Amino acid sequence: MTALTTLLSLGAVLLVLAALYRPFGDHMAHVYSTDRDGKVERGLYRVLGVAPRTEQTWPTYLRSVLAFSFVGMVVVYALQRTQQWLPWSLGLPAPSEHLSFNTAASFVGNTNWQSYSPEVTLGYTVQTAGLAVQNFVSAAVGMAVAVALVRGFAYRRSGTIGNFWVDLVRGFLRILLPVAAVAALALVVGGVVQNVAGFTDVTTLAGGTQSIPGGPVASQEAIKLLGTNGGGFYNANSAHPFENPTQWTNLLQILLMLVIPFCLPRTFGRMVGDHRQGYAIAGTMAALFTVSFVALVALESAAMGTAPQLAGAATEGKETRFGIVWTALFATTGTGTSTGAVNSMHDSYTALGGMLPMLNMMLGEVAPGGVGSGLYGMLVLAVVAVFVAGLLVGRTPEYLGKKIGPREIKLASLYILVTPTLVLAGTALSFAVPALRDSVEGTSIWNPGVHGMSEVLYAFTSAANNNGSAFAGITANTPWLNTALGVAILLGRFVPVVLVLALAGSLAQQDKVPTSAGTLPTHRPQFVGLLAGVVVILTALTYFPVLALGPLAEGLI
Amino acid sequence: MSTTLVRPTAPAASAPAPTPQGAFTWGQVRAALPGAFRKLDPRGMWRNPVMFIVWVGAALTSVLAVVEPFVGGPAQSGGTDVPGSFTAVIAVVLWLTVVFANLAESVAEGRGKAQADSLRRTRTATAAHQVATYDEVGDPDATRARLVEVSSADLRLGDVVVVTAGELVPGDGEIVHGIASVDESAITGESAPVIRESGGDRSAVTGGTRVLSDRIVVRITSQPGETFVDRMIALVEGASRQKTPNEIALSILLASLSIVFVVVALTLNPIASYAAAPVSVAVLVALLVCLIPTTIGALLSAIGIAGMDRLVQHNVLAMSGRAVEAAGDVTTLLLDKTGTITYGNRQAAEFLALGGTPQAELVRAAAVSSLADPTPEGTSIVDLARRDGVDVGQGVPGEVVPFTAQTRMSGLDEPDGTQIRKGAGSAVTAWLEEGGTPLADDLRAEMTAAVEHVAQSGGTPLVVAVRAPGQPGRVLGVVHLKDVVKEGLAQRFAELRAMGIRTVMVTGDNPLTARAIAAEAGVDDFLAEATPEDKLALIRKEQDGGHLVAMTGDGTNDAPALAQADVGMAMNSGTSAAKEAGNMVDLDSDPTKLIDVVRIGKQLLITRGALTTFSIANDVAKYFAIIPAMFMGVFPGLQALNVMGLSSPSSAVLSAIVFNALVIVALIPLALRGVRYRPLDASAILGRNLLVYGVGGVVAPFVGIWLIDLVVRLIPGY
Repeated sequence: MTALTTLLSLGAVLLVLAALYRPFGDHMAHVYSTDRDGKVERGLYRVLGVAPRTEQTWPTYLRSVLAFSFVGMVVVYALQRTQQWLPWSLGLPAPSEHLSFNTAASFVGNTNWQSYSPEVTLGYTVQTAGLAVQNFVSAAVGMAVAVALVRGFAYRRSGTIGNFWVDLVRGFLRILLPVAAVAALALVVGGVVQNVAGFTDVTTLAGGTQSIPGGPVASQEAIKLLGTNGGGFYNANSAHPFENPTQWTNLLQILLMLVIPFCLPRTFGRMVGDHRQGYAIAGTMAALFTVSFVALVALESAAMGTAPQLAGAATEGKETRFGIVWTALFATTGTGTSTGAVNSMHDSYTALGGMLPMLNMMLGEVAPGGVGSGLYGMLVLAVVAVFVAGLLVGRTPEYLGKKIGPREIKLASLYILVTPTLVLAGTALSFAVPALRDSVEGTSIWNPGVHGMSEVLYAFTSAANNNGSAFAGITANTPWLNTALGVAILLGRFVPVVLVLALAGSLAQQDKVPTSAGTLPTHRPQFVGLLAGVVVILTALTYFPVLALGPLAEGLI
Repeated sequence: MSTTLVRPTAPAASAPAPTPQGAFTWGQVRAALPGAFRKLDPRGMWRNPVMFIVWVGAALTSVLAVVEPFVGGPAQSGGTDVPGSFTAVIAVVLWLTVVFANLAESVAEGRGKAQADSLRRTRTATAAHQVATYDEVGDPDATRARLVEVSSADLRLGDVVVVTAGELVPGDGEIVHGIASVDESAITGESAPVIRESGGDRSAVTGGTRVLSDRIVVRITSQPGETFVDRMIALVEGASRQKTPNEIALSILLASLSIVFVVVALTLNPIASYAAAPVSVAVLVALLVCLIPTTIGALLSAIGIAGMDRLVQHNVLAMSGRAVEAAGDVTTLLLDKTGTITYGNRQAAEFLALGGTPQAELVRAAAVSSLADPTPEGTSIVDLARRDGVDVGQGVPGEVVPFTAQTRMSGLDEPDGTQIRKGAGSAVTAWLEEGGTPLADDLRAEMTAAVEHVAQSGGTPLVVAVRAPGQPGRVLGVVHLKDVVKEGLAQRFAELRAMGIRTVMVTGDNPLTARAIAAEAGVDDFLAEATPEDKLALIRKEQDGGHLVAMTGDGTNDAPALAQADVGMAMNSGTSAAKEAGNMVDLDSDPTKLIDVVRIGKQLLITRGALTTFSIANDVAKYFAIIPAMFMGVFPGLQALNVMGLSSPSSAVLSAIVFNALVIVALIPLALRGVRYRPLDASAILGRNLLVYGVGGVVAPFVGIWLIDLVVRLIPGY
């Protein structure tokens, strides 16, 4: 029964994505390559003082990304710190400095890690003018960086990689905004709340009173998923019936998370002029995703222990209206993309089952990853895979006609160094420094022992990989975790962006080597297998020793 | 084609022939061992980050092994008891790992040493007769000039010296006057003397070679210490070896993988301190060493040195490692027709009788008139006639008429007055007309048809005519002289095509002939009536399309094209301008070798890739050996991950690092020999190599560590 549902659910999702792959991927390619600007866009360019037909070199592109994100960060921080004076704040006070920093970093970094309970911390102004705006633009930034890298592969002897402001505006106006609007309407139809009613006090059946928070949920929900942000309006995220009421809204949410990351490979294929390259990348993403999903269902269904066996599966922390399979699919999607949205509490999974969402993130968020970041992450790993495999065929390795030399491999190597270093260093510091350890042990960890270690590891994995989901069972609203996770988010987001744009610049300058029988083919199943192998060995296996101290120690009894 | 340097009778340098490729004997190991230990100097180790980490780990565990007995070491690691000797044993294995890595490099370097030594002997200072004031116009052979005896070491660029028979050429130079036979065996290993003369493409002489006959005036073209031999010595010794771009890129990747695992090792104990038990430093170092890519880190430089060495064994000198790598990347090969694709001399292929002449008469006339002709063309006519069963006798029956540029014919005047003439159709027709017997129109048409038929098939027509005394002259027929394509070339070109390399034949022939030969040889394209400028233009065009071009050349007018090409292989017999312009020199002057150079370049890269893949794939098994072992004491459940059934945590860790060290030794022969390379398309090569080195790299350590554990568990305490 479970096996059949697994097959059907996965099949349904893949079918819809396959149907959207070509039209939506082509649409995005058109958006980023057309010469025509819309009326609103021209107005925006005039306001921003941008010459839309002027392309930027990679340092200029990077400066634009960083400047834009820095301003966004300052705005979100300032909005929070001044919340008590802002209108529509529902009388909520300003969050602490470290929490405000964490939240600003988190939303600008497309992570949406939430150290707070949103409905009782942030009013409508901060949610809408701060967080919802960043939900849109941080996603657009990710897509812009990915497109810049794709241009690096597509351009020949070019000093430029596109114009950030044009990419940003178009991604926002032509991709994210229309799809999010339609999705929000669909979610409202599905029963998701959309109002500005504040808290409604009701008398429950049992006679008690309950304060039910309302708000513009559906509109934020749509972009939370489409932009792989993941920050829910409610603390319970998509497990909350106001955010995700029914089975079919659940399916819609899963699709919203996957649609851009899975269709961007088509955009990539179109822009480099070889669709087969896009299929290879999408195929690698889909293969890793499928294996992870099936493993999670298997582990959660075959759970040991009295309660799970009576229930037929490990149902703790899962919504009965979704069941094991749809919960597992949501969890795989939420962590396989860098969304971090949850419709169940990962903390309550079986020990080994809980390891899988962690592993999805540890892959570096590439299966299929975040909007934009998933594609550029996978392309960087493809560069490494091509380098090793290219040597195997006796040529200086080249990917899509671009030679992978010392500079390219230096940037790719640094890229794969960033997140493991952040995750491991952050976790180690939390336990190594006595003062921090007191805070982590005393306040943050709810489940002492091995599981507590997993909670901290999960937090840093989620932050450094810009996922934003939490293992639950951890109080992150402490000065140490707020600051450390905020820093991990910023470094985990922007150091790779620097490296990716430098790589784009370096690739764009090169001429293209024509393909011949001696060229390593990068579109065959052979390469898909190789790339998947490189992803697993170079990223996930790095964490094997620490996983042995957490989920593996807990799960292998 | 020779693959080893043979030096049969060279008096100046009788070095032992190098050992065959890939051989890895105890003698070599013994010779390399001192070097392997000398390389333990940290100042040298620092250049190889991966092995430097192992070095630091070895030093750290050594210090701990010494200190522990006094201060008391950790009795436990990760909650398991460890034997007292554990740290010391780990330290020993780590030192062995470093020594093995150094050994690989030393052995590779040792193979070039013998060649370098023999070359160095040719460099010893000799007396040179320098011309004090050379008067190029008035006294070109310097017979009247004053000669000063100087040491060859003092010769500067532009000095002029006189070298007479029996003397060594004091330095690299260009003959400005004279002709001489020169024994170049010290450089090329070829004992047959070669002719060197002023002007033209054979004017270069190399320092250290011996003039066997005559007297030449040489202008020195190199500064002391920068001669060809100096460069050769530096190359074969690997002293001037610089990392190639590709090697640098690989080193960066390996270094960054190492850094990741350093982070893993450094952060493990703080994390373990929370819910588990910390592991001992020795175990941590063992984990780190197992996970960093030591296999490829240890063998990387040996692979590079061995790759250069393989070229030297093919008698090719690459001026940089970069050129060898570029050879592997080449996508277009420019091959000169003459000497590369064809044997360079035309051979008689058939006799075409005309106008009802009996076949035997034509064959006899053509053959007897060729008996005195020593050229390959002449002998080939005689040979073909004999094969056809025509008795042509031995002696020359009559007076030989040699070929002259005026008549453009050669022939024979027989004692009975019969005149036989062979030559181009127009020359023979003119001769007949001159004798008063012009060709009949139908015969002329028949001859023209035969001549064109031969020309179209890529051959050269040789018309044979005869004039007996008192009789009118007659055309007997046409000899088809064919440009014979070397055997097996078509297959090699097909292989190159499969590898994605396009071959272009370059020839001075007319397009018609060129097309025919190109079709027969199986090249992809041809450039007919090519001038050096055309060649250069073709290279530029190919490069603009993103292709990498390789070519050979020997003349001064080839120099610009050689310099422009990504791989330019100059012939050793060529001018010094050509040798300067190219980035490789073929000592055997065999242009076909370009194909071998491409193969060696590819083999070098594949070997690097194969060992990198193997090294990284090894990690999977090592994780499964060490991770459960590290924390089994605290978490007995981790035993489930001990898929190899290793006996105890201590033996698991020890077995893993012993495997790690032994695999380096096991792979040294492969690193030196290079992995086997078959000319297939990239997809097939990738599939095969991924299976052998990727999947093999995952499986091999599981078996290896399991086997080593069977031995290690016998040691008390493990």
